[in-house]
Amino acid sequence: MDVTTKKQLQATACKVRMGVIEGTFCAKSGHPGGSMSISDLLTYLYFAKMHVDPSQPDMADRDRLVLSKGHCAPGLYSVLAQRGFFPYEELKSLRHIGALLQGHPCIHIPGVDMSSGSLGQGISTACGMALAGKMDNASYKVYSILGDGEIEEGQVWEAAMFAAHYKLDNLVAIVDNNGLQIDGPITEVCSPEPITDKFAAFGWHVITMDAHDFDSIEAAFDEAETIVGKPVAIIQKSVKGKGVSFMENQVGWHGKAPNQTEYEQAMAELNAQLSELEG
Amino acid sequence: MADVIKKATRESYGEALAALAEKYPNLVVLDADLAAATKTGVFKKACPERFFDCGIAEANMMGVAAGLTTAGKIPFASTFAMFAAGRAFEIVRNSIGYPHLNVKIGATHAGISVGEDGATHQCNEDIALMRTIPGMTIINPADDVEAKAAVEAAINFEGPVYLRFGRLAAPVFNDAETYKFELGKGITLRDGKDVTIVATGLMVSESLEAAKLLEAEGIDARVINIHTIKPLDTELICKAAAETGLIVTVEEHSVIGGLGSAVADAVTENQPVPVVKIGVNDEYGHSGPAVELLKEFGLCADNIAATVKDAMAKK
Repeated sequence: MDVTTKKQLQATACKVRMGVIEGTFCAKSGHPGGSMSISDLLTYLYFAKMHVDPSQPDMADRDRLVLSKGHCAPGLYSVLAQRGFFPYEELKSLRHIGALLQGHPCIHIPGVDMSSGSLGQGISTACGMALAGKMDNASYKVYSILGDGEIEEGQVWEAAMFAAHYKLDNLVAIVDNNGLQIDGPITEVCSPEPITDKFAAFGWHVITMDAHDFDSIEAAFDEAETIVGKPVAIIQKSVKGKGVSFMENQVGWHGKAPNQTEYEQAMAELNAQLSELEG
Repeated sequence: MADVIKKATRESYGEALAALAEKYPNLVVLDADLAAATKTGVFKKACPERFFDCGIAEANMMGVAAGLTTAGKIPFASTFAMFAAGRAFEIVRNSIGYPHLNVKIGATHAGISVGEDGATHQCNEDIALMRTIPGMTIINPADDVEAKAAVEAAINFEGPVYLRFGRLAAPVFNDAETYKFELGKGITLRDGKDVTIVATGLMVSESLEAAKLLEAEGIDARVINIHTIKPLDTELICKAAAETGLIVTVEEHSVIGGLGSAVADAVTENQPVPVVKIGVNDEYGHSGPAVELLKEFGLCADNIAATVKDAMAKK
């Protein structure tokens, strides 16, 4: 990836993280930690990878994304706002009564391809989209982002079996391996490890990537493009709360909104990063 | 009655899907390793490229169905009622109901007439569960003719539909030449002024038999077939309540939350008259031949007639 593109993506990801902080601060609730661990991924997908058009959110040949870890809606909404699907101002009424942006993704929001949030379900719906694409010989790809805690849900493995059986090579699942879930480290709660071995055993092509390095992200998705006859699982090693010093790797930031002081500090840190990138 | 043709509505389901495959190119059928029992195998044979076995994984099947709709497919997700409405309830609610997707759920082997398999497979709760999902349409056809018409009506209706079919062969009493299926509209099969029997599914033909028994006793019973439990034909039921002053509901389902509850809700609010519910009481079924089980649980013409006769005192 050339330096200019990378810097642009890094700057956009920084703005996406600011939107996450803004949204959860205004909502006084929500899930910033996991939203920030996928902010670079979402930025790459919506700004460098996916075929989407904000003026035609339902266009038939668009690439689809199902946020199976739907609680990270602030991240998805923030990237959709940056991409122009709806105004940034909407983030400020996240989770409010009468707001466009529901606590978890809702299919009626421009750019959101599927309602999700009850863990384990999104990947199945993504399988259905991919199957339809295969039936129609459609060009589109389907991406689905799962949490590493989410894959403790049995339905994920039903879907994994299905995707491999029907050779859904138009499906890419990304597991956000930040290592933390609500009750603590995933290895202490009820370990889903070894994640890569599990997906490989289920018949998927498995790729690992550094979730916060755009070169690594690009290489992973380039490799995914070359795989024929198998679904692809990308296991991204990430940092929960990435981008804000006091949130990083802290399980407490899974589902908690910043207060006024924390909001100001987080925004100051992200603004400093942005200035450096744009300076 | 020896010459009455009998056919299980699950057979009608499979045959209807196969017959409609060519007319509806977006029709897709999913099953969860029960194609031989749900009769979707008939469709698979006719149209293998649009049939997908999901294996014994009903939760995923419902999600796959949801995803298929986003590309314009009309999927029929098929399995036993126990697993469609029971096991997969939360997926049906969140992945199909909440986004209001065009999934059709073909649920066979509903009720205690599953027979020998026993309580684990006798789903008496599915109507109750599905009724609680906003925007869900529920159809429980009474015979072969109605079941086939219901499948096509579901295809032509935009939105989630739960179709309930039985394992046991049921008398075919509708005339295929003249029958018209109108979603959400009850059918008055027999007029009467003393009492109204409101029945659904397998219990409709039993209720017609019960009305004949009652006639011999001087009770003039109206019989209404409610094939669409949600949305309910409140107008027809309330009119019957007003004109006959007593309603007895009959269903092969728990008396909690099913047709009887829906009718009682509607009548209580709009046209209060006594409503007596016949169904499976608050208990599990058990193994046995279907017809014997139906008798044991009071889901037969004799018991319906006797219950109606007793209920007359409530007027």
